[in-house]
Amino acid sequence: MLKHTTGLILAGAVAFAATAEAREIKVGFIAPKSGGAAQLGDQMEKGARLYMKLHAKDLGGDTIKLIVRDSKRPGGPIAKAAAQELIAREKVEILGGVIFSPNAMSIAPLVTAAKVPFVIMNAGTAFITKLSPNIARVSFTMWQAGYIMGEHAAKEMGCKTAISGYTNYPPGKDSVAAFARGFEGAGGKVIDSIPMGGPREAPDFTPFFQRVKDKKPGCFYVFVPAGNHAAGVAKTYLSLGMRKAGVKLIGPGDITQDTQLQGMGKAAVGVITAHHYHADLATPENQAFVKAWKAAYGAKSTPDFVGVGGYDGMAAVFHIIKSAKGGKITADSAIGALKGWHFNSPRGPITIDPETREIVQNVYVAQVYEDKGMLRQKKLKTFEAVKDKCKELKIGRCGK
Amino acid sequence: MAAALDIATTILVFGLAYAMLLFIISVGLSITMGLMGFVNLAHGAFAMVGGYITVKLVTPMGVPYLLALVIAFFLVAALGAVMDRLLYRHVYGRPELDQVLFTIGIVFVSVAGVSFVWGPDPQNILLPEMLLGDIDLGFKSIPVYRAFMIVAGGAIVAALFFGLERTKIGAQVRAAVDNRRMAESCGIPTGRLFTIIFALGSGMAALGGGLGIQILGGLKPVFAFEYLVIFLIVVAVGGLGNIRGTFVAALLLGIIDFAGKYFLPEGGGFFIYGVTFIVLLWRPHGLLGKA
Repeated sequence: MLKHTTGLILAGAVAFAATAEAREIKVGFIAPKSGGAAQLGDQMEKGARLYMKLHAKDLGGDTIKLIVRDSKRPGGPIAKAAAQELIAREKVEILGGVIFSPNAMSIAPLVTAAKVPFVIMNAGTAFITKLSPNIARVSFTMWQAGYIMGEHAAKEMGCKTAISGYTNYPPGKDSVAAFARGFEGAGGKVIDSIPMGGPREAPDFTPFFQRVKDKKPGCFYVFVPAGNHAAGVAKTYLSLGMRKAGVKLIGPGDITQDTQLQGMGKAAVGVITAHHYHADLATPENQAFVKAWKAAYGAKSTPDFVGVGGYDGMAAVFHIIKSAKGGKITADSAIGALKGWHFNSPRGPITIDPETREIVQNVYVAQVYEDKGMLRQKKLKTFEAVKDKCKELKIGRCGK
Repeated sequence: MAAALDIATTILVFGLAYAMLLFIISVGLSITMGLMGFVNLAHGAFAMVGGYITVKLVTPMGVPYLLALVIAFFLVAALGAVMDRLLYRHVYGRPELDQVLFTIGIVFVSVAGVSFVWGPDPQNILLPEMLLGDIDLGFKSIPVYRAFMIVAGGAIVAALFFGLERTKIGAQVRAAVDNRRMAESCGIPTGRLFTIIFALGSGMAALGGGLGIQILGGLKPVFAFEYLVIFLIVVAVGGLGNIRGTFVAALLLGIIDFAGKYFLPEGGGFFIYGVTFIVLLWRPHGLLGKA
């Protein structure tokens, strides 16, 4: 009898201890959930939630409460207000997400002041990580794809001249600067650079593309934000007969985003891009990831680089939480844990550079082809462990 | 010389195609504003719905593109007539603020409704092969679709002019625009006339929405807001209720917009606002509008 009671008390004590230790960690997640870019926010959140679902057990008894806020537009103010609310009222321990660069830039001073770690899961303007010591980026920088695409176009594609067209906001300027550096460094010449409207709504690209066609460059490098713009690019390229005129369309993988690809039709076939992810990568990690994605969100749904950004971003958040071992999460401890963090992502091995808090990853040059009525991307070349060239070469604000 | 001819052709072809689209969509708005003094900010929503009907008929259902355009025209015209009888008639006599609030509310509802049903993603349409590719003019090749747009637009313009200048109903519309009270005293049923015109204008907007998927930056729910400003500019520059004026304004703005972006990508998109500013300073009632 006594033995039995002791047993009960013991069991109760163990149960009590377990509940006392299990923590709920609040993670703020900022992404567009309405407006023209809602699909991007949706994609990123699906990626993040997929990781949470597949790895729920990894946190022991701890759980994550993901608090999602709508950043609505590419510009700063709404995202900033959302971050403020998440930090001050919800008291989130970690902040993450963010599709558009201006969103991230406006949030940077807040995470410095509030000492909250900020895991950027998309926004790719190179100098963003310079804006706060509490930022780590798991997505990409515009320079990683742009520079490599420039070199590849000059060396492998036989383009002597090129024109770049870009959506006129920071990552666009970044992307074409990176391309020009790579392309001209390899002996090519950029003969024109065309701003093509703002990021908020996709414009009619015809006047800009026709200008390019009339100037007859070998390659036409286009940066537009993923989403609505990408579909317009391929369509305009086809409808103006630019391929027949001998102008090769190239760019970062934003223009052949997996979720937009099937809607582009024949327009996209043959397009060559440099990017850190596409859904057709034939690695075991990626095939397992795509399978899990389709199981969770339907056979017709496909992940793209934005979804992988969310997935890997959540892996980084998990790593922060596990490293804290039940203790308090501070910006210093979190960023410290991420420095040198290594992860086998669906996109390939990734590391966070301990010096710059920037992602180091593979960049793939790939080409779109048609296979049984479906558009797919074929890897032509792999560049391993690519660092951010902008910071390496100390260009503009990356050098400060 | 050859280069100049080349560029001039480019500007003319693309500018004209865009101008035709602007005219087709804006003309209904112009007439309703001229005829009833009614500000229908939801006009772009009718164009958007027309675009979605076209896409949904062509892509999943396999209806031929041209037939889909015709179906979209009639469906949205019918929708316009129903909306006119059920909803719009209650605000016709009301102050302009009421009309603006009411119609902008309809835009919000339509954007949310379309996003809910078909999602926020942009819609693409796979055009028939015969509308893709180029036509060789000898010295330059131009895309078939732009040529098709110009021809189709021209035919629609001609039909509208004929209808308005040569038919009884056209004469009634002109009379009602000029002096509504006098027209009513002569026994012209302006209420019914307006329903017909409203339906026709909505149908035209739908046609423009379907035709424009390939020309404008893709079809998505925000379309109803995105292009509203430019439709209103065309109407204001042309003069309310004036079909010729709307046509001239569409030509002017369509060509200037294309040329501006072509020559000066950095700031060319603002040219049309400059032109609007100058025209309205010079003629506050629009190019061919009546004071």
